[in-house]
Amino acid sequence: MERIPILKMGPFLLVTIQIDLYDRLALTLENDLINMVSQTGARGVLIDISAVSIVDSFMGRILGNIASMSRIMDAETVVVGMQPAVAITLVELGLTLQGVHTALNVEKGMELLNTKLIGNLEQDEEEEEDQNDRND
Amino acid sequence: MEIVREQDVVPFRNRVREFSTRIGMSLVNQTKLITAASELVRNMLKYASGGKVILEIISHNAKTGVRLTFKDEGPGIADIALAMRDGFSTGRSLGLGLPGAKRLVNEFDLKSNPGEGTTVTVIHWKHGR
Repeated sequence: MERIPILKMGPFLLVTIQIDLYDRLALTLENDLINMVSQTGARGVLIDISAVSIVDSFMGRILGNIASMSRIMDAETVVVGMQPAVAITLVELGLTLQGVHTALNVEKGMELLNTKLIGNLEQDEEEEEDQNDRND
Repeated sequence: MEIVREQDVVPFRNRVREFSTRIGMSLVNQTKLITAASELVRNMLKYASGGKVILEIISHNAKTGVRLTFKDEGPGIADIALAMRDGFSTGRSLGLGLPGAKRLVNEFDLKSNPGEGTTVTVIHWKHGR
């Protein structure tokens, strides 16, 4: 069976979609990604769709699902490299990809994930300090 | 072109792309048409377990465009007005398929009678209007 490869890069997972997905392949990817997040404890998922020429409502829903599922598993999702024609079409279709972070390219997407990771860590520390203050 | 399984969708989308490239449609308009076609073909597979699509290049009043006719012999749509509303779905989807597809193409026509199947015809002109 065909599969989209998922690469692990430090605390992040990297997926490059090189082909136009049919529905079952997209569902397999969703499933594989969530399992990988759980197995590796990844803190971020980066999905590169620069080679994808069509994102319809189904594919959009899958991207949204991946983002919400990852968030529950404590990982952020960034979708990068969307073609302008795809963005125009998505908005007219009525799909806003709520809850999905986006970035222009892989580099910017990585930066975004890194800032989010640091931000989350600081937040955790602050909460811990608050806790300690209260204990004092 | 017959569409009976999910794997037929990608080759079908490529055919639509071929047709729209042939008349020199811009990338944005191509993407809109293919996305609309993708929504409609998915509906056909999901609710009518497949059907036929006719692809044509048409000319009208010095305009050139692509016409796609989706024909199925499924259960049909009982309430077309409701089916065309954003966010309504009898399946477990976002309910964007029909209304979204209508927004993406220039002309959209849906005919359906319960028990007799559904025919959707869409036209997208070369210049998108």
